[in-house]
Amino acid sequence: MTKVSITVDGVLHESEVEPRTLLVHYLREQVGKVGTVVGCDTSSCGACTILLDGRSAKSCSVLAVQADGSSVTTIEGLAGDEWHPVQAAFKECHGLQCGYCTPGMVMSAVDLLSENPNPSEAEIREGLEGNLCRCTGYHNIVKSVALAAETMKGGK
Amino acid sequence: MTELAEHVAAVGRPLKRKEDARLLTGKTQWTDNIQLAGALHMAILRSPMGHAKITKLDVSGALKYPGVEAAYGADELGDLNGSVPCVWPVTDDMVAPDFPALAKGEVRHMGDCVALVLAGTAAQAADALEGIVVEYSALPAVIDMEEAIKDGSPLVHSDKGTNKCYTYKLQPQGDGAYEAAKAKADVVVKRRFVNQRLIPAFMEPRAVVASPMGTSGELTIWSATQVPHVLRVLLALVTGVSENKLRVVAPDVGGGFGGKLQCYREEILCVALANKLGRPIKWNETRSEDMMATHHGRDQLQDIEIAATKDGKLLGLKVDLIANMGAYLQIITPGIPLLGMFMYPAIYKMDAYDFSCIGVFTNTTPTDAYRGAGRPEATYAIERIMDELAHELGMEPMELRKKNWIKHEEFPYTTAAGLTYDSGNYEAATDKAMALFKYDELRAEQVKRRASGDKVQLGIGISTFTEMCGLAPSRTLGALKYVAGGWEHCTIRVLPTGKVELVTGTSPHGQGHETAWSQIASDTLGIPVDDIEVIHGDTRTSPYGMDTYGSRSLAVGGQAILRAGEKVVEKARLIAAHQLECSANDLEFDNGVFRVKGDPSKEKAIQAVAFEAFSAHDLPDGLEPTLQAESTVDPQDFSYPHGTHLCAMEVDTETGKSTIRSYVCVDDIGIQINPLIVEGQVHGGLAQGIAQALYEGAVYDSDGQLLTASFADYLVPSAPDLPSFVTDHTITPSTTNPLGTKGVGEAGAIASTPAVINAIVDALRPYGVNDVPMPALPMTVWRTLNAARQGGK
Amino acid sequence: MIPSKFDYVRPNSVDEAVAALKAGGEDSKVITGGQSMLPLLRLRLAAPSVLVDCARIDEMKGIKDNGDSVTIGAASTHWDVLNNEIVKTHVKLLADATATVADPQVRHRGTFGGALAHGDPAGDLPAVVVALDATFEIAGAKGRRQVTAKDFFVDYFTTAVGPDEILVSVTIPKLGKGWGTCYEKFNRSANGWAIVGVAAAVKVEGGKITEARIGLTNCASVPVRASSVESALKGVSASATEIESASQSAADGTRATSDLGADKEYREHLMRVLTARAVSCAAGA
Repeated sequence: MTKVSITVDGVLHESEVEPRTLLVHYLREQVGKVGTVVGCDTSSCGACTILLDGRSAKSCSVLAVQADGSSVTTIEGLAGDEWHPVQAAFKECHGLQCGYCTPGMVMSAVDLLSENPNPSEAEIREGLEGNLCRCTGYHNIVKSVALAAETMKGGK
Repeated sequence: MTELAEHVAAVGRPLKRKEDARLLTGKTQWTDNIQLAGALHMAILRSPMGHAKITKLDVSGALKYPGVEAAYGADELGDLNGSVPCVWPVTDDMVAPDFPALAKGEVRHMGDCVALVLAGTAAQAADALEGIVVEYSALPAVIDMEEAIKDGSPLVHSDKGTNKCYTYKLQPQGDGAYEAAKAKADVVVKRRFVNQRLIPAFMEPRAVVASPMGTSGELTIWSATQVPHVLRVLLALVTGVSENKLRVVAPDVGGGFGGKLQCYREEILCVALANKLGRPIKWNETRSEDMMATHHGRDQLQDIEIAATKDGKLLGLKVDLIANMGAYLQIITPGIPLLGMFMYPAIYKMDAYDFSCIGVFTNTTPTDAYRGAGRPEATYAIERIMDELAHELGMEPMELRKKNWIKHEEFPYTTAAGLTYDSGNYEAATDKAMALFKYDELRAEQVKRRASGDKVQLGIGISTFTEMCGLAPSRTLGALKYVAGGWEHCTIRVLPTGKVELVTGTSPHGQGHETAWSQIASDTLGIPVDDIEVIHGDTRTSPYGMDTYGSRSLAVGGQAILRAGEKVVEKARLIAAHQLECSANDLEFDNGVFRVKGDPSKEKAIQAVAFEAFSAHDLPDGLEPTLQAESTVDPQDFSYPHGTHLCAMEVDTETGKSTIRSYVCVDDIGIQINPLIVEGQVHGGLAQGIAQALYEGAVYDSDGQLLTASFADYLVPSAPDLPSFVTDHTITPSTTNPLGTKGVGEAGAIASTPAVINAIVDALRPYGVNDVPMPALPMTVWRTLNAARQGGK
Repeated sequence: MIPSKFDYVRPNSVDEAVAALKAGGEDSKVITGGQSMLPLLRLRLAAPSVLVDCARIDEMKGIKDNGDSVTIGAASTHWDVLNNEIVKTHVKLLADATATVADPQVRHRGTFGGALAHGDPAGDLPAVVVALDATFEIAGAKGRRQVTAKDFFVDYFTTAVGPDEILVSVTIPKLGKGWGTCYEKFNRSANGWAIVGVAAAVKVEGGKITEARIGLTNCASVPVRASSVESALKGVSASATEIESASQSAADGTRATSDLGADKEYREHLMRVLTARAVSCAAGA
């Protein structure tokens, strides 16, 4: 077992983990952040996307020991008193159906907009290429991200 | 009493979904989130072989691994090794092999379950699989369906003596009718289409937790399933656990598309072992397991022949299918081609129809329902061959369709397949779609690009589809030998505080029933949407239901909601009349308020009536307390959504890469409850249908190795692979249900595949191309183009 | 799926890392971002005894301008590389190719050196460093050594980095004036591996191509140069037709294989088409 110290959604956690423990399993099983989910085993689907030190990462493809000393933001820590504009836009534009890809999709969109606050449709699509959705055909996800970009420019 | 919000008409409004609050904040309840004290994690050793004898299996080594409590092969499991049920024996003489949860001495597809381990953690269980000793002796595998039905082919089930599961025929006009129609034809076009195998690839992998609960001997099963009610019946039958001791819960379920319409091996194993050991058993699959052990879809060889006069009047249609069952039969495996059987004549009038299907076993993962289930296959074949016939006749493909489709004034219309379509307006949907698409402008551009020899050619693809939803009147299902019925249930309770519990037997897994069902009940009861709570997916709290698949939930379940709501209002009216001292007939009911006709000052809100029904101090004589009602509705008939889909495709003739330039569809799904949800359903369906056309296909090698066993190889499209869609609608209400709804879950997936392939073929028609296999990946298109160019020389 | 058990160490320097690798024996492996490693671990296709995490070794991070060349620390992430001003200005081909690697999440974590040391011929970056004649610094128990790009890639998933060695940095010569570059990638779906990729650097003077360097992705067991096209391009005018004609020999000397993504014939065809496109784009034709 290896000792790790990881800040998750603003709270410092010191834990013992097996070196083989995936960050996503650490989050789900040791920290109780079950909002972040696992969808595949080839780093393809992005359902497990979180922000690791502020940048999107697939938490199924990071070992918990690699994240030692880092700060993780999950879908559960995204909202403050109000929802993040990306969350609000996904609801407004019906950018989700079953919701399984949604935590990862939202976190990728948050990262995308932090890097490119004014993306074109093509840039939104490319920026989300690491996240698979089986329900929406992406149409409303793209609309959601575009709306979030507008909101964030306007208000915050 | 709490203050009551006023009701505003809800049906038809694009309300934001109630479900989203939990889904967008990670407060969801997926099966994999459930962690119970003392749970044992199950890991399964699966066959790496397509077909083999198990010559040695020793699970004892696994027991030496840390944390391992038990390990089982079929021998150790004994009577607990239940068999996966099939509930649709399509013919009396159908060959139905045993499908044990753990293979007994022989594995028949890659992914077949061989042994299992139970350990304290998932990691320990996975580690211990390495301690199991298993030896295989390879048997010849049969993958190709046509090879499988030849004499002397290796047999998937040697004890059955054949790989043929069944032969099914439908000749509504009688034997010889098609041949007679064909004899009058000027043009006959025949094609072989390969409707390739697909993998559902819902985003949430399957997961099961089975646990003894409480002191009553009850066993609770949480499963990522579309069909908790059906599953409970089947698990009771298979495991022998008394049905009234089984509680099946479908918590938040992350997509299904038919793939979670099943009673899976792993569900049977978890229940049997939890029951035996008295411990919670948890299993969640890896994506790699999912790709080979979740049932697959499609996989049919379609020989289709169409006969017409030289001016384009259709005379007859003949369809001969070979359908891949895979290695075993699952819940409705054999019935899938039959769901397509009725749809080949589609929207067209013709004199004769002749259908046959041979179901075939191969050493592949079993097939079963996948979004559309039989209807996409049928729609693909008919819409493809309509384009080929148009080409043979030298007609514009849309003109050929117009010439033959059922005109809107001809409904109700009984098709050559024997279905009676209640309503439709193909003209209106088509006119709207062609205008949105700018059909004529695109045709003009196509002419220019052809003339200039542009390396990137433009093609236009059409699909004027229909489908049947709302499976189905129970009697019809019985006549087709399907074991269960087609009804749906709803209970509505108006609670003393005026809040409503709506209990439905449908089981959403992404569709937004909590929102849409609230809208229906809101208008019926005159109670605001936000005051209605939809209860679903738990056989203890919603005991009756037939669940969610086949675009049935609204078409059938919606009727039960409406009827239950009406019954509640009828009862409330009696109470209100009693208290307002008038006759029930003297009351108007509007927006949740009963008013005495001619004396509107005398009124009573339905919520107030609910409290009276609860206190029961002053009810009419003989009327039972509480304000609730239930309804179980058996549908009168199928419903028939339709639409016109148009695809403009750019094909790079150098690389073979096809890129969708625009996609327009106008769907007619009747009355829409929530247009926002409707549009989302269409988008998702389009993506899956386009994915079949352009990207996805499960591929086996000749030994039965699944080569597309991960998301790295099975190409589920991501956002850059798809365009934005232009969607619109016409509304022709269904006349066979009181809501006028039809169903939308599968429309996009059914309609889009032929539109896309027709577009590619259209782009390449000048080079002599008259078909492109699916998925039309660049290499496939390039090869097809090369072959056509060489053939033309 | 869950990886097999392994031990984990996180050394602070290259020397410590080399020592840890040696101590761990032949089943020890270097990890930096882990974006290639993690899927292999999860599918249990790799089962190292020890993972030596080099992601935080200062010497292996950072990007330096040496005047006539650029040195990139092996543990620099793809994200670091493609957003680095030095790289964008002086090794644009690398920035462009890196932008096509996998997806944003993987680019945030995956490292430049890791992608090269992984030795996957379908990776996008090997063709770039081969085209640009990069030099690799490798550290081992016996000290440091320099290896050229030509010798670095040995076979499928095999590089000059020995089991007890670590790739420390890669130095890429700047191209200078008159050069244009382009990375042309062809895949079946947006997040798929390259079926074929072409990394082209072309020098145009007075409307004529005077020098060309072309690296091919996924056309052999290692990234290769399209040498005969490079020769054929010398002196031709920078026009689409002439470039197309010179690109016809793109498949010469390659050893394309057939797999689920493409067969040999199609791959070779793509080499010709994409080489023409990449060179045209690089030459501004």
